[in-house]
Amino acid sequence: MKALGKVFKYGDNVDTDVIIPARYLNSFDAKELASHAMVDIDPEFAGKVQPGDLIVANKNFGCGSSREHAPLCLKAAGVSCVIAETFARIFYRNAINIGLPIIECPEAAQGIEADDEVEVDFDSGKIYNRTKGMEFQGQPFPEFMQKIIQAEGLVNYTNQKRNR
Amino acid sequence: MGMTMTQKILAAHAGHDSVEAGQLIEAKLDVVMANDITGPMAVPVFYQMADKVFDKDKVVLVPDHFTPNKDIKSAENSKSLREFAKKQELTHYYEVGQMGIEHALLPEKGITVAGECIIGADSHTCTYGALGAFSTGVGTTDIATGMANGELWFKVPGAMKFILTGELSPYVSGKDVIIHIIGRIGVDGALYKSMEFVGDGIAGLSMDDRFTMTNMAIEAGAKNGIFLVDEQAENYMKEHSQKAYTIYQPDEDAVYDEIVEVDLSKVRPSVAFPHLPGNARTIDEVEAMEPIRIDQVVIGSCTNGRMDDMRKAAAILKGHTVHPDVRVMIIPATQKIYKECIKEGLVDIFIDSGCAFNTPSCGPCMGGHMGVMAAGEKCVSTTNRNFVGRMGHVDSLIYLASPETAAASAIAGRIANPEKVGDR
Repeated sequence: MKALGKVFKYGDNVDTDVIIPARYLNSFDAKELASHAMVDIDPEFAGKVQPGDLIVANKNFGCGSSREHAPLCLKAAGVSCVIAETFARIFYRNAINIGLPIIECPEAAQGIEADDEVEVDFDSGKIYNRTKGMEFQGQPFPEFMQKIIQAEGLVNYTNQKRNR
Repeated sequence: MGMTMTQKILAAHAGHDSVEAGQLIEAKLDVVMANDITGPMAVPVFYQMADKVFDKDKVVLVPDHFTPNKDIKSAENSKSLREFAKKQELTHYYEVGQMGIEHALLPEKGITVAGECIIGADSHTCTYGALGAFSTGVGTTDIATGMANGELWFKVPGAMKFILTGELSPYVSGKDVIIHIIGRIGVDGALYKSMEFVGDGIAGLSMDDRFTMTNMAIEAGAKNGIFLVDEQAENYMKEHSQKAYTIYQPDEDAVYDEIVEVDLSKVRPSVAFPHLPGNARTIDEVEAMEPIRIDQVVIGSCTNGRMDDMRKAAAILKGHTVHPDVRVMIIPATQKIYKECIKEGLVDIFIDSGCAFNTPSCGPCMGGHMGVMAAGEKCVSTTNRNFVGRMGHVDSLIYLASPETAAASAIAGRIANPEKVGDR
């Protein structure tokens, strides 16, 4: 499994209220949520993001509310992976559970800038910055986590396992 | 190796003699809670896994965020939650009229007690740790899984120990303490960890002070916050609950990643400036600045909508008038608190001073309704988050403070020191 795309870069403590403001939480339709993704920190994001693009941020990405709408809207917007120095814990769980790959890698968060083209190999955990020719080692995704992501989330994964 | 309070509760619910930080476990759940934002989204996920909830007495649904419903979409969501509660014959579903803000309502109704393992699809679920429970916020998929299976996997957290000593000064409360602590350790200072509150200073903190403090553990990135159970906490549980509870003490050789000492007598009225709860200033620092004029004050929420908070705000507002440039929303967290405010004459004080007194709801805290802000406006709020756009327009500003500081600011029209409100 791989991700490849251009990078949107953000700083520390990107909270769930800017990822998807509460005023849009009267819906949980993923596509509708995606149209408002990141609006309060980057109003151009939803119009510019292309399938496969990545988000790279610094510390404590996804802090704040438990709204699963946050990783869901990023995934529906086409984001293929979020790389950060650290993640807030509820966001981390929610992202894996809905099948949005996320990787903690402080070196990559430092060594990647906005608009860089970045490739991530989930088997090896290698993060390659094609624009700058730099490589970083993140934690590889264990097999079960890759399966959760391939199944587009924990529920499908669980049901697939049950049906087998 | 010794265990923390949290580790002991998790070990007991996972059927292990002991656990250690980093260990992955599956734990049985005593309470699984969701609201009108996270619950409706969990319903279709739940039905992909099960037809019936694991225990109709342990799944709790509280429509409190966009209720009384603010628009058609939120009404549809509440409807789906209501229908789910009926179909599943849930014991604990609280309709508008009985409803209160979940994290004030559950302890008041005796649904949460010491020693329990609790998840809620709301990040401020960490509140119930004030009663000595393990309690943490999760998302939709996890809550649906919890409703279906009655258990969930956890990574056992490490912990930070907060030793509280001394006594709070007048006009200083739990809100000031937790803003002070988050200011010291940062908004990710307790990331993935438990915040365990111990020490002689606990005795002087009311239960409402403690609920306020554990409520905001998440604002330091913590997995949970938890207080040592003392006589006051036991009395609270005996008064509110029929449930059996279990008290867990930390082992003497429990491992803590960090120990932080807090002398409560030195904590000053504190304000968290935009846009982070850790952006703490003492009221003395605020007074040394140019006055910060405000447009709105909110006193309420799962952080500060309890009886102590209402009384403290009323004591400041009594005999005063709200500044003409300021609108004030006071929102008691539950119907019981609402009635008590009437009985004690607090509602007269609030209304006579020029405040709006509203029905229980999360309301303006996350910019839902009942006090959304326009561009350029500033609010002193007793809520828990001052993120960009949290309470309305992306260019509005939120200053987090205690009910007393908020009330003093409402009178002054600027962020003000509650110690200096005259004529009391």
